[in-house]
Amino acid sequence: MTALVWSAKPYEPPTPNDFNLPPVGGDAHSATFDFLGESFYSGVTKPMLQLVLAAILVFGFFFLASRKRLMVPSKLQYVGEEAYGFVRNSMGRDIIGSHDFQRFVPYLFALFFFVFLNNFFATIPFLQFPTMSRAGMVYSLALLSWLVYNGVGVAKHGFLGYLKLQSVPAGVSGPILGLLIPLEFLSNILVRPVTLALRLFCNMFAGHLLLILFALGGQHLVTELGGAYVGVGILAWVMFIAVAILEVLIQFLQAYVFVLLNAMYIAGALADEH
Amino acid sequence: MDGNLNMIGYGLAAIGPGIGIGLIFAAYISGVARQPEAQSRLQSIAILGFALAEALAIIGIALAFVL
Repeated sequence: MTALVWSAKPYEPPTPNDFNLPPVGGDAHSATFDFLGESFYSGVTKPMLQLVLAAILVFGFFFLASRKRLMVPSKLQYVGEEAYGFVRNSMGRDIIGSHDFQRFVPYLFALFFFVFLNNFFATIPFLQFPTMSRAGMVYSLALLSWLVYNGVGVAKHGFLGYLKLQSVPAGVSGPILGLLIPLEFLSNILVRPVTLALRLFCNMFAGHLLLILFALGGQHLVTELGGAYVGVGILAWVMFIAVAILEVLIQFLQAYVFVLLNAMYIAGALADEH
Repeated sequence: MDGNLNMIGYGLAAIGPGIGIGLIFAAYISGVARQPEAQSRLQSIAILGFALAEALAIIGIALAFVL
């Protein structure tokens, strides 16, 4: 058995570099460029194509579902209406409030299905790569939501009024304000978009890394080590399937939390003075 | 077997947010069990608390990779 172990290829654990895919049609030796001390491939990569595919699929599905609006809905129209109603009621109306939620429903609705489909690409065969496990994708979404919630807040309260709303907590007076105002400003204006982006990114990244680990580790145990290790390798593959099913739940939950927090930030920016 | 001490540190640091998230959802579940009609109100508060507690874990994982 020891001889078997020594003759096997050394095991290479998966690393964050496994997420740096070469461009479509290229290989690992394609041209790269350096940005902030990291090396990236220049060219069109799979996550970029998945972004476009997700946008086309979301638009196409809801265009078809809402094309013929009948009093007695067809099956497709029913599914589309249920999906729309879910975002509109549970994230728009219940969080932002019935007074002015309606102008944010298109943004929240498009964002939810775009993010969910991009996460779900991790499970679809042949694609099997979560777009949001590339940090740049989530940074741009978080920047968009930062602009939206700060924009509506400034538009409603004015610049100074909005800063006061976000950084002066209600019902506090005296010297403790000197401690709380910088903290609230840091938390509400600067840290929010970062945690919003990193929450989605880290969940997709860690989940996919776990799947790679189970798949490659099981493969190494079965094909390279053999013998008694085959049973452990098959157990790793069973765990792969279990974790893949858990991942579908997490993909939905993270899209839900991402859009729910967007709605909460908008609701907080629109709130009246206490 | 290579490793990084940062990851052990992150594992220790994740205990705190883990306990916090558990407490938040325990309170949410018992709140809904006592008063089921308050679910929609409690849900948004619970998710907000969960997001704040999870932010600590997220800052931890970012620092674990950066430092």
